[in-house]
Amino acid sequence: MKQQIILSGLGGQGVLFITRVLAEAAVLRDLEVLTSETHGMAMRGGTVISHVKVGSFSSPLIRSGKAEIGIFLHPRGLEAHRGYVAGREGIFVNTDKPGDYHGFDATDLAARLGSPVITNLVFLGHVARNAVLFCDERAVREAIEKISPSRQLELNVKGFETGLKGNL
Amino acid sequence: MGKNDERILMGNEAIARGLVENGCTLFASYPGTPASEILPAVVQFSKETGTPIHTEWSVNEKVAYEVALANSMSGQRSAVAMKQVGLNVASDPLTRSAYLGVVGGFIAVVADDPGPHSSQTEQDSRFFAQFAKIPVFDPSSPREAKEMIGPAYALSEKYEIPVMLRPTTRVCHSRQNIHCADPRVSSGKADFKKNPGRWIATPQFLAELHRLLNEKLEKIAREETLAPRRSPGGSQEKDLCVISSGVAYAHTRELLEDMGALDDVVLYQVIVPHPLNRDFVERVNRAYRKILVIEETYPVIEMQLSNSAVEGRRSGLVPGHGELTPDVIEKVLEKFLERPSREEATAGGKGVRPTLCAGCPHRASFYAIKDTFPKGIFPSDIGCYTLGMNLGAIDTCHVMGACISQGAGFYHAYARDGKDMPTIVVTIGDSTFFHAGIPALINAVFQGAKFILVILDNATTAMTGNQPTPQVGIRADGRKGTPVNITDLVTACGVRFVRSCDPYETEAFSALLKEADEYTRKSDGGMAVIIAKHPCVLDREVVKSQPAYKVHVSEDCTACRHCLENFECPALVYRGDLDRVVVDDILCIGCGVCDAVCPVGAIVVEKGGHR
Repeated sequence: MKQQIILSGLGGQGVLFITRVLAEAAVLRDLEVLTSETHGMAMRGGTVISHVKVGSFSSPLIRSGKAEIGIFLHPRGLEAHRGYVAGREGIFVNTDKPGDYHGFDATDLAARLGSPVITNLVFLGHVARNAVLFCDERAVREAIEKISPSRQLELNVKGFETGLKGNL
Repeated sequence: MGKNDERILMGNEAIARGLVENGCTLFASYPGTPASEILPAVVQFSKETGTPIHTEWSVNEKVAYEVALANSMSGQRSAVAMKQVGLNVASDPLTRSAYLGVVGGFIAVVADDPGPHSSQTEQDSRFFAQFAKIPVFDPSSPREAKEMIGPAYALSEKYEIPVMLRPTTRVCHSRQNIHCADPRVSSGKADFKKNPGRWIATPQFLAELHRLLNEKLEKIAREETLAPRRSPGGSQEKDLCVISSGVAYAHTRELLEDMGALDDVVLYQVIVPHPLNRDFVERVNRAYRKILVIEETYPVIEMQLSNSAVEGRRSGLVPGHGELTPDVIEKVLEKFLERPSREEATAGGKGVRPTLCAGCPHRASFYAIKDTFPKGIFPSDIGCYTLGMNLGAIDTCHVMGACISQGAGFYHAYARDGKDMPTIVVTIGDSTFFHAGIPALINAVFQGAKFILVILDNATTAMTGNQPTPQVGIRADGRKGTPVNITDLVTACGVRFVRSCDPYETEAFSALLKEADEYTRKSDGGMAVIIAKHPCVLDREVVKSQPAYKVHVSEDCTACRHCLENFECPALVYRGDLDRVVVDDILCIGCGVCDAVCPVGAIVVEKGGHR
């Protein structure tokens, strides 16, 4: 199994956390994994990107047009990062606006859950259900359980489950 | 989790794990992207494995280097970590330590930032290693960075020489599944052996020490185990050779594989770019018709090959600046291998620029400074507050601590004319002030400069992940330290006008700025220092402990964009469908600072009531 995924968003949206979730999910399924993350000044609300490469790769970065899946937590990441993804089939965008991608409004769903901060996990749940990921939903859930701080665990799992279901 | 297991580690964590497993007893650092996560991981692994290690966030990289160096002189394994420009600060002890050498293994982890993503230059620290005449390891992945720590310590001890480990951003901030082992227990006690000819090394000893250093380097350049490794590929002899190192090697290897070209070239990975293995240099220059070097960021390997026919940065085939991403290297390889170009939409538009957080106290300070002195000159410095440029409230950002000296320089530049002295307001963060601001302030006072210095004291090093600063009194491992008071420091520097104010108190803060300006203009006036004190709101406890006001924007909003452009709070958002600004309740922390920002009073802050 080899898969290349980019995760895009704005600093503060939790791109790093769901990057770690996917990396842990790979290890739970005995797959090699390499990721690359954005740290530093961009984390203050600027555009950030993570690369996730599952399988035998040596480079942590994905080339233009080589990602199978693009997870966009914010539509403003499209301009900068859409070019990494091959075709439109693998592009998932957290938005209420229609476009040349799979749109899903996780922000609204998370707000209705009463927890805007878990928008990232709600959206990850949606992607886990609707994209052909390198692993099944259970592996992602296990990874969330493994790396969530205890006070955040229940809420994180709830966010992910809600995203999987697609509604409250 | 057990001690012998497979974990996903970030490159910086992998380096930390390698240090702990290999008996490092003292680790010192100053935070800076991309090296900031090494120290917290050393602390964590030290606690987790029950391996006592002295860890510290030193006030700057020079100090960190010197503290670690003395631990090595006492016979113990030591390490220091910094970002590439931090090595500029530590260059003084670095260059001399090459001559005098070390005793316990000494590793300087210096993280480069090709791009640059979060730095003021994209300089190549391997060049610095060459300049200082020390060996440098260049890891291509987090796993390799961890694996290099053992050989780096061994090399350092064998030749009594400081050794550099040079990861780049893409190694530091990558994660990989990595095997973790038990730490090798450090042996022996601190045992400093006096040797004046070496540790004091007056000029009469230095030519001999220099000769010894050259001899060490010559021997290291003949160490077979450190020679470049030939990457597995086709067996028949080729006349094309690609030489690479660091993460550029990882990209190159994967690209050659993807292009089906691994069998068309001989690919070498350089493990130690300086000193480049002598036999390797002779061999490759003899054996191949065409040689391409791919390395970040300067032509360190390329220049040591001393072969003008080599393709690379100097021939122009490899761009002379910027990060060597896989997309960039792909184009280079296509040309070198004379293959048709792959047409793809290029990724990497401009995206959204970063901004100060909602409720950030720096925004309050900047807005007041700009509003009070519309025509002022505003030197500033390095940290989150560099984002003050979005608000037009900073005019310069040079290197750590430079803003205060620049403030003095601007003062003298205008003072010579004798008229129309603009108000100069310098802004510097608390961590940067400790790092390099104090000598600059003493100099400004002594040389008679008169300007306003605002120390943006949020009690943390926010940009790099909220490392504690000396006035907080909490050390790197969470233990108590002796707090060093900023007001006392400023007073001791000879400043007679020192005041503290919470910038959230917008009226009081603006009044204080005016008072400070008057003081600097008095004949018997001088430097005026204002400590803008409010903790960083990235700390949730801070937000919980301060009043949260209900803020909304009324229909009086004329969409004039004044607040968006001059205040730029992420919680104030323009809604096209309403043609006015609204408050994003999720982002707003209710600081209420925006109260006075709207020219028509449409931003309404309900003081007295919680949200």
